[in-house]
Amino acid sequence: MGEEESGKGNGSSVGDILRDAWTIARKDLILEFRSRTAFLSAAVFTALVLTVFNFGRDPTAVPTLDLAPSILWVTFTFAAMLALNRAFQLELENQALDGLLVAPISLQSLYLAKLIANLVFVGVVQAVGLPLFVLFFNVPIGGVLLPLIAVIALATVGFVSVGTLFSAMVIRTRFAELMLPVLLLPFLIPPLIGAVQMTAALLEGRPLSEVQGWLRLLAAYDIFFLAVATILFPNTVNE
Amino acid sequence: MTLAQRGRIVSIVGLALLAAVYVRALAFTPVERFQGEAQKIFYVHVPAAWSAMLAMGLVGCSSILYLIMKDPRYDRFAAASAEVGTAFSLVMLTTGPLWARPIWGTWWTWDARLTLTLFLFFLFLGYLLMRGAVSEPTLRARYSAVLGICGLVLLPFIHLSVYLFRTLHPQPIVLKPSAPSLPGNMLATLLFSFGVFTLLYIGFVTQSYAISLQHEARAAANA
Repeated sequence: MGEEESGKGNGSSVGDILRDAWTIARKDLILEFRSRTAFLSAAVFTALVLTVFNFGRDPTAVPTLDLAPSILWVTFTFAAMLALNRAFQLELENQALDGLLVAPISLQSLYLAKLIANLVFVGVVQAVGLPLFVLFFNVPIGGVLLPLIAVIALATVGFVSVGTLFSAMVIRTRFAELMLPVLLLPFLIPPLIGAVQMTAALLEGRPLSEVQGWLRLLAAYDIFFLAVATILFPNTVNE
Repeated sequence: MTLAQRGRIVSIVGLALLAAVYVRALAFTPVERFQGEAQKIFYVHVPAAWSAMLAMGLVGCSSILYLIMKDPRYDRFAAASAEVGTAFSLVMLTTGPLWARPIWGTWWTWDARLTLTLFLFFLFLGYLLMRGAVSEPTLRARYSAVLGICGLVLLPFIHLSVYLFRTLHPQPIVLKPSAPSLPGNMLATLLFSFGVFTLLYIGFVTQSYAISLQHEARAAANA
């Protein structure tokens, strides 16, 4: 709701886009919070993947800290994929998408709305996953919590912005659930490698300046793909 | 002469010239001092990689043009280019390990360029799978254009990230072939091969384009 006021100042169009986006995102999130099924399944899924990972390694041969960043990020990636799959699936029921498309809102705000809702959804799942990760793998993150959250946010914004764009397309393809990972996984590579490298640096107590290249790369990735996805999105829903 | 016939002629000429590339590379180009006979694969591998990159670049460009002009020709061209690009990336990904085994001592390594080309191949596959999964033609064209543009934007990022990844963790013993200023004779063979592979690209794309035209005509006749 902070968005409502902040957008108003610089011309009505940006303000309108943000306000409409927030309205739709709030609708999505209220739906999710009321039914809770999706949140709960995603959280349980995250916990299960983390558990499975514990048995997918030889604890005597490989120190946990060496594997921890990969475990964290593969888990987050899988969980995000689940979240993205349902972003537009929701709108297919009762032709709700058609209703949104005839509403007097710009398509940019529809994209932003879905992006915000997905980010909140993935963020909540990550907020459940991170403590579990610390608990299960006994990784000390106390001193680096804030930079770690910043790294998680930076990487998540990047791949969720592409994922939101793709999820709008795959709902109208055959094998939608399979199509999204096939299309999206190559796009996850830059944020995933960067996030793993930066997480490893943080967990081992190395300074973030050592991974400055990754910070810049991820920031550039976020900016480029947010822009590209916002521009291209109308082509995925317009009739 | 129909488009398909023209494409076929260009392809046949290209294939004949490809045979000439083999003859020239094997019989009339000197053997490289350090790598020996294995280096000969270079004259197929590098031009194939070039054609695959060219294919992806043109998929991206024609995707942009499609979204601006909404002309189905650009979509047809992008589809043809992606199909041919997939084939060339497969040539690149099979000739690469064949060379790497004797020279690097391993079939596969997560070298920056190798990783990039693998993802190029995955992007092509995703693009073609997506096309196969949408039946409505204009919807398919728009979706593939969106994907083509995203793929084009992604490639520099993958390149940068695998490069950064490798410089942080250098592989100690991978013998990287230095890129020597090629002796004239080898350079001539390579450039000749580049020309031939570009010609093959044009021939294959023309044929693939003509085939999709025929498919569309048949679908229209049946409707």
